[in-house]
Amino acid sequence: MKLVEHFTHGLTSPICLTWELTYACNLSCVHCLSSSGRRDPNELSTDEAKAVIDELQRMQVFYVNIGGGEPTVRSDFWELLDYAIAHDVGVKFSTNGVKLDKARAQQLAKTDYVDVQISLDGATAEVNDHVRGPGSYDTAIRAMENLYDAGFGQFKISVVVTRQNVDQLDDFKAIADRYGAQLRITRLRPSGRGADTWDELHPTQPQQKQLYDWLVARGEDVLTGDSFFHLSAYGQELPGLNLCGAGRVVCLIDPVGDVYACPFAIHDQFLAGNVRSEGGFRTVWQESELFGELRGPQSGGACTKCSHYDACQGGCMAAKFFTGLPLDGPDPECVLGNGETALAKLEMETVIPKPSLDHSHRTSPRADDGPVPLTLSVRRPDKACDSDPLAGEGRRLPAAVRVN
Amino acid sequence: MTAAPVEASSSETSAGAFDPDRPHRLSTSVSVRPESFGALVYDFHTRRLSFLKTKPLVRVVQALEHHDDVHGALDEAGVTESDRDQYLRALAGLAQAGTITPR
Repeated sequence: MKLVEHFTHGLTSPICLTWELTYACNLSCVHCLSSSGRRDPNELSTDEAKAVIDELQRMQVFYVNIGGGEPTVRSDFWELLDYAIAHDVGVKFSTNGVKLDKARAQQLAKTDYVDVQISLDGATAEVNDHVRGPGSYDTAIRAMENLYDAGFGQFKISVVVTRQNVDQLDDFKAIADRYGAQLRITRLRPSGRGADTWDELHPTQPQQKQLYDWLVARGEDVLTGDSFFHLSAYGQELPGLNLCGAGRVVCLIDPVGDVYACPFAIHDQFLAGNVRSEGGFRTVWQESELFGELRGPQSGGACTKCSHYDACQGGCMAAKFFTGLPLDGPDPECVLGNGETALAKLEMETVIPKPSLDHSHRTSPRADDGPVPLTLSVRRPDKACDSDPLAGEGRRLPAAVRVN
Repeated sequence: MTAAPVEASSSETSAGAFDPDRPHRLSTSVSVRPESFGALVYDFHTRRLSFLKTKPLVRVVQALEHHDDVHGALDEAGVTESDRDQYLRALAGLAQAGTITPR
């Protein structure tokens, strides 16, 4: 059996485990895969998180990809980072850079087995901030400067490829080179808030070819998280596993301890269990019914008749699911256009699944830093001590709603 | 066994660097995780993940520290004479990658 076939049947422990520590985030990126913003009151405590790390050490999960939300806004983030490293669980964490000041950058530069990934979705502030919010470009660049100045070494710059930034791939590479960083580009999925913005942000068909050509020509030292395997149908197989790793070699632990098949599939249908349940993460990973199914034979549907099926394996499960396509149907970004055809054929009454959770901020941050527009009364209140907020405005609230 | 026992390509291996007559061991920064096909190998120092693609190779790698040379470890793991060259090439690749080191 080829190695990759072993992977489809699952491993005793995941290779690529993403652990989102909190749903809290200072940003409100329009494509956020986990619809983050507000902390969930049920998030794992420091002790519970340490127990998960102990379990990962026992299972020989050699490293975790920590994300969020913005993981560094957890007050115990640095404590958990040190704890993981001390327990043979290496950490790569993704951040928008908000907490990476000079002191933290120096601290990280002195820490072994930690890798930092700064998110950036535009090589210019204009393109980046359109997706990630005002000021986020400057925050990311400042964090990169701090890491560079501290001599951290090769951190990563992580880019979600969009219609708006696909022309900037060389510029991203130049930014990475400037700070001694490695470029990582990944695929936009219609997950979380990405479902709402996918139509506007996902690369067009010609852009997908452009992206594929760029990866073949210039992608040698660019990381992709194996996320573009659907593009392998253009011809040459891209480096990596070229298979959907969900529940097989990949999974997600979310901030409340729920275990999903993949970071892009936060939906009840892909929920395998919770680390707080008896048996913990190990039992979920090794024995959950859902993961058992994902490790069994998969039906490729009509795609299996396609001559490119071996290359693309039907594409991304989450991308199909959150665009309303059947899991045995084509990927919405099928390079042959079968996905677009299938999307066009969706019936009006097709219910497109929504993410099961939404921690989005309930309000949007204001777009500028100007003064808050308050209208202050210039008239005197009727009485000097009148506490009614509308005092002096010539009208009063009905007595029934007045607070005495 | 037709599959190469180790994932890393051995094409760049320099034959001179690895001497199977010397004693070896697993590098201290390396951790081995048994899997159905063999094992995952992670080097905490280089952050490199690689695969030992057969169970005998896992046994060889783990036996290295108990023997005065690599041949003893191959014997203990039950590697047959006909497979020996292939395993030596795989081990040379592991030495090149720093997974195993002379001691």
